[in-house]
Amino acid sequence: MLAMHAPDGFLEPQVALVTALASAVVVAWCLRRAADELDDRRIPLAGLAAAFIFAAQMFNFPVASGTTGHLLGGALAAILLGPHVGTIVVTVVVVVQALLFADGGITALGYNVMNMAIVPAFAGWALFVLFRRVLPTNAAGVVGATGLAAGVSVVLASVAFSLQWLFGASAPVPFDTVFSAMVAVHALIGIGEGMLSAAVVAAVLAARPDLVRGAQDLTPAQLGDGDRVKARTFVIGALLVVVTFAAVVSQFAFDDPDGLERVAIDQGFIGSARDHAFGGSLFADYATRGIGNEQVSLAVAGLAGATVALLVGYGLASASRWPRTRPTG
Amino acid sequence: MAANPSDGLTVGAGHGRLHLDQLAVGAPSAVRRLPAAPKLAGLFAFVTVVAVTPRWAVGALVADAALVVALVVIARVPALVVLRRLVALAPFLAFALTLPLIGTGEQVDVGPVALSVDGLWAMWNLVAKATIGATAAIVLTATTPVPDIVRGLEDLRFPRVIVAIVAFMVRYLELVADQLGRTRLAMTARAHDPRWLWQIRPIASSVGSLFVRTYERGERVHLAMAARGFEATMPVTGWVTPIRRSDVVVALLPAVAASTFAITIVIGT
Repeated sequence: MLAMHAPDGFLEPQVALVTALASAVVVAWCLRRAADELDDRRIPLAGLAAAFIFAAQMFNFPVASGTTGHLLGGALAAILLGPHVGTIVVTVVVVVQALLFADGGITALGYNVMNMAIVPAFAGWALFVLFRRVLPTNAAGVVGATGLAAGVSVVLASVAFSLQWLFGASAPVPFDTVFSAMVAVHALIGIGEGMLSAAVVAAVLAARPDLVRGAQDLTPAQLGDGDRVKARTFVIGALLVVVTFAAVVSQFAFDDPDGLERVAIDQGFIGSARDHAFGGSLFADYATRGIGNEQVSLAVAGLAGATVALLVGYGLASASRWPRTRPTG
Repeated sequence: MAANPSDGLTVGAGHGRLHLDQLAVGAPSAVRRLPAAPKLAGLFAFVTVVAVTPRWAVGALVADAALVVALVVIARVPALVVLRRLVALAPFLAFALTLPLIGTGEQVDVGPVALSVDGLWAMWNLVAKATIGATAAIVLTATTPVPDIVRGLEDLRFPRVIVAIVAFMVRYLELVADQLGRTRLAMTARAHDPRWLWQIRPIASSVGSLFVRTYERGERVHLAMAARGFEATMPVTGWVTPIRRSDVVVALLPAVAASTFAITIVIGT
């Protein structure tokens, strides 16, 4: 959960600044893209949707005997409202939480908006579109794709955070450790997020299918024929999520050396490199992080970063292609 | 906060029950009288200066902390309120406490345990900056009614659409949260007591129906507003305090002081 609602000082100022600029640009672009959707009629609706996401985050669900988690809602917002409006709505939620509830730092807004709004919304949307291609074109397919996309989007948000940590760690914890811990924890959170988002979309589809942006291409007949497959798709979807996570985690997360060994390796290097770690330009940090197996760090970072970037990019691209009207019939 | 953590439906995320009108608690004070826009600008400037202050400038960060405590006193915000609202930081402060243990690099022996020197610095950095930043934000919300904050965002030229969405969000947040509370009560009254992840179907359905009900409320709200002549800009209601230059100067004082501390210490070493 550490990637979410990070406080002031959690990452170094240069990362805060760069992510703030990037987030501002993306949100401004979303505002522009959504200008025709956010006419005076839609503004109250977007405000209410923001209130809904905020409230939904307060709705704890059980994970295992006694422990609870709560929805994050980035991918869900994108699937219900479209990625542009979804990003704007979740951004508003994050900003209001920081301003009114001191939940997340004000100077941390750049990376908090990126990790909680932009990456989940656009990567979630991209995955949703991809999964919908392979799943049947009916309500069950939409529900299954929602579950998978929402679950994986949480993991991608944790990957995005780990990459920010690589460039702007505020503490001498190597990238590999942060990455494996974040991905492992968020894989678990993602399972809950995926199941909850899927079930929420199923409930909305049953009552007001026109409110699900990601299901706009479905005809009423296609919406109706999914009931029998639903439970099975749900289980298969959840299983797929677990398998995907297991694959991702085992690929990247557990190939770093044992913690004690790492300390021994690093001590010689970091003792002398300490000034850089704190004086820190971007590159000084970059060079001192996880020096024990820099190659692995860089390879993993590159791969993970490319995945996030590709998915966000695909989400942006597919969002602009998405049909605006539902075919009748 | 969670009254009964096992019922699976408690209000969490550190927000407690929502009463936005009770966020502003401060008695009349110099801070409370300031208009929202300069106060917001002052807050942004102050937390930015604190965030860029290097961690080894211990004196500057201590002075910033003293400054923010002074602000709490001047603003007459009860200390208990500040502490209660700082709860959102708890997981991060707990994480910060582990940094000396999990941090790499040069180790120093403190009693039986070896602590990382860099980890200790990182702990200090995170605890100081997170607490100072959050406390400053709490002073703002404790001395500024929520509608004024929204107005302040507008005065600071935040995008019109964003401000309008924020305005609608805070206007309906309590209603939506109450609706959620009623659903929760109804479910609990019907012996709904989930323990495991695979029992979340009813919760998810409630959240789904909450979305539908919220959205339909939005549609009704728009119709009602259109009937009253709404034309895409929020009307100005209530009494608007004009912003004077002296307000801006006063609001920026903490940021100026914090930069002075930081520059003095950095140049001094």
